[in-house]
Amino acid sequence: MIALNRIFLLLALPVALFAGWWFASAGSTDFYVPPLATILAAFDDTWFGPRLTTDVLPSMGRLGLGYALALLAGVALGVAIGLRRALRALLEPVLEFLRAVPPPVLVPILMLFAGIGNGMKVLVIVSGCVWPVLLNTVEGVRAIDGVLADTCRSYRIGGRLRMWHLVLRSASPQIVTGARQALSVGIILMVISEMFAANSGLGFSIVQFQRGFQIPEMWSGVLLLGLLGVVLSLLFRIVEHRVLAWYHGIRAVERQR
Amino acid sequence: MLTVTGLHKVYDGHGRRVEAVGDLTFTVPAGRFVCIVGPSGCGKTTLLRCIAGLLPPTAGQVTVGGKPVAGPPDGLAVVFQEYGRSLFPWLRVVDNVELPLRAAGLPRTKRRELVNEALDAVGLADAHTAYPWQLSGGMQQRVAIARAIAYQPQVLLMDEPFAAVDAQTRADLEDLIRTVWQRFEMTMLFVTHDIDEAVYLGQRVIMLSAAPTRVADDLEIDLPDGRDQLGTRGGPRFAELRGHVYAQIQKAKLEKTGAEARPRWGPDRGAAQARGTSAEQRTREGRHLSAAEPKRPESI
Amino acid sequence: MTLGLGLAGLVGFAVLLELVPRLGLVSDQFLPPTSRILSTLADVVGEDRFWVALLDTLRTWALGLAIAVVAGVALGVMIGAVPVLRAATASTIEFLRPIPSVALIPLAVLLYGSTITSTLILVVYASFWQVLVQVLHGVADVDPVARDTARSYRLGQWATVRYLVWPTALPYAATGVRLAASVALILTITGELVIGSPGLGKEIAVAQESVAVPRMYALVLVTGLIGVAANLITRTAERRVLAWHPSVRQEVPA
Repeated sequence: MIALNRIFLLLALPVALFAGWWFASAGSTDFYVPPLATILAAFDDTWFGPRLTTDVLPSMGRLGLGYALALLAGVALGVAIGLRRALRALLEPVLEFLRAVPPPVLVPILMLFAGIGNGMKVLVIVSGCVWPVLLNTVEGVRAIDGVLADTCRSYRIGGRLRMWHLVLRSASPQIVTGARQALSVGIILMVISEMFAANSGLGFSIVQFQRGFQIPEMWSGVLLLGLLGVVLSLLFRIVEHRVLAWYHGIRAVERQR
Repeated sequence: MLTVTGLHKVYDGHGRRVEAVGDLTFTVPAGRFVCIVGPSGCGKTTLLRCIAGLLPPTAGQVTVGGKPVAGPPDGLAVVFQEYGRSLFPWLRVVDNVELPLRAAGLPRTKRRELVNEALDAVGLADAHTAYPWQLSGGMQQRVAIARAIAYQPQVLLMDEPFAAVDAQTRADLEDLIRTVWQRFEMTMLFVTHDIDEAVYLGQRVIMLSAAPTRVADDLEIDLPDGRDQLGTRGGPRFAELRGHVYAQIQKAKLEKTGAEARPRWGPDRGAAQARGTSAEQRTREGRHLSAAEPKRPESI
Repeated sequence: MTLGLGLAGLVGFAVLLELVPRLGLVSDQFLPPTSRILSTLADVVGEDRFWVALLDTLRTWALGLAIAVVAGVALGVMIGAVPVLRAATASTIEFLRPIPSVALIPLAVLLYGSTITSTLILVVYASFWQVLVQVLHGVADVDPVARDTARSYRLGQWATVRYLVWPTALPYAATGVRLAASVALILTITGELVIGSPGLGKEIAVAQESVAVPRMYALVLVTGLIGVAANLITRTAERRVLAWHPSVRQEVPA
């Protein structure tokens, strides 16, 4: 009974909103706001044809590559900087400034260096995503528990074991926070880099539809981007749950106290 | 097994100069259970960190197993007070206990053997797959002790390990640590602020003065080896010894505030007056409380 | 000492940016030396056009943030206070929240052209969620014992909100505003850059099209400084709000 109740609450509003949109737009003659049915029909044609391999998958690939590179660079640099107090003090203002520059502004700058090809797009994503990861890693490394560090010293746990267990896993909640912020930034940059200056990709296609007044296709593109955001967020949650299971456990125990 | 010679530690910083440890000298032979007590702020933790190689002394030397300590020494394990912060929360109990053995490069079968024996010795044979934060405070400290045991140290340092658990758990852990000590034949150096605990656990109690710390007194505990919470603690000999230690600590506290350092009660009254008010250094193993002195303190 | 090192870092960075193009490591067409950027900045600051653009950006940012905060707080308190509403909206919020606001760009341009309204849609959409999520957590954090006490004293709905819910949720709201401010700035500049609504972002796009490279860098520098200032202001404000709050809260992951 409770389970039914839960399912109802879970689905009620989304279904209502969806139905509302469907019926409200059903008889629409407004050129700019076509019926939902038309949009959904266009969805299949537009995105699951050749455009899947020429635009959608490459865009996702660039996002994946840029994000992965940003994670690697951000964590590596973040650990190196976070462990040395003097280095941290030296670099903190510079890094805070670089992080405060709104990432999309990097697109025109990086276009100067890298044109409008794949390289530019990946570079844009990397240079936007690396900051939240880097700065959060520095924070996380800085906050390593002193008692745990002493334990490692006295049991002579060093080298790779120490780096993995003391430094990285200790800082992992903070690193994951940075990775989450980086994901949002990455999606924004993927779309922007393709909308602003490109000749292929998901963002580029949608802008072409909008300029060419292919309205249902444009709407379907908007839907696709939305779905993309949701799916990636879900994937992130799943991974986070595995990686930080111990952290959620501790917080649950503390909340009960 | 463990010698401390002329240990001296000064903290310099923020324009202040704090002489935490004045001049500490004592010896602990192998296999003995020695407790260290002192008033709060007397540098107990500083002493322990110097012995553990976590803190370099300003002067003096520590040797463990004959070798001078210049960093965390071989064959020495430490159990900290803050058990929650010294166990890795992302590792299960069994992995926590195993980690130092992995760092030492022991083969897997040997590691498993040591881990199982250690967890068995502390009564946690069923808790292998739990995470530390799923366990109570007492159980977490047992895990920390198991980790120390599995490491097979010759010397086990404990820094007020039972201060943060409740009284009943503390009693259980005290008995546990004596059992572990007898079973594995380690040298134990147990720092505590709890006088009763020190007398109950130790074969010898070293009493520290206030900062700058020196050895104020060194007492041999001649209670029988088989101790239990009810019988031993209820006996008259325990009360005498405890009273002596308590008086010494009070004296140390009064010295700190500069007040007259004369114990107001206890069997030492006459002896203290004869001896004078300054703390003395001892290099012998300890002074025995003479049975000729009055059995019951004159007042509590 | 930390301050000194930090300043040294900044100076070092500026020197590095001066030397790299001058030594020919990178063409100075792509990366003008710091001195040229700064002198261009001095020129730019003297133009009326710059100040108009700056004010446009700030206005869009402030307006978008204000709308998002008001809507976020109002909805957050209303939804948060009614458990059924909370449960019913949870799935919708979790679905709508991760939608990248940049997905709305084509729609906005189609419906409203290159006006400030288009950019405002982006800004409000993105910032609203930051505020809403934090306020929802804040309202959920109300101590159940306090809530029962309020009910046993027959505190009306309005009084409960004012004396119980709001003080508990306030630190969370402050965190939400800080996060939203940063997101709002990013989206403001993004909108101006891509949509072309008036503001610094548009100026950067114009500079890029006319290949006025030092000008572009100077404007980017300005946006960075605005970002830094915004961070400082909102962090200080948040700390002030948290300071008089008896319990210090941790940021709920957005």
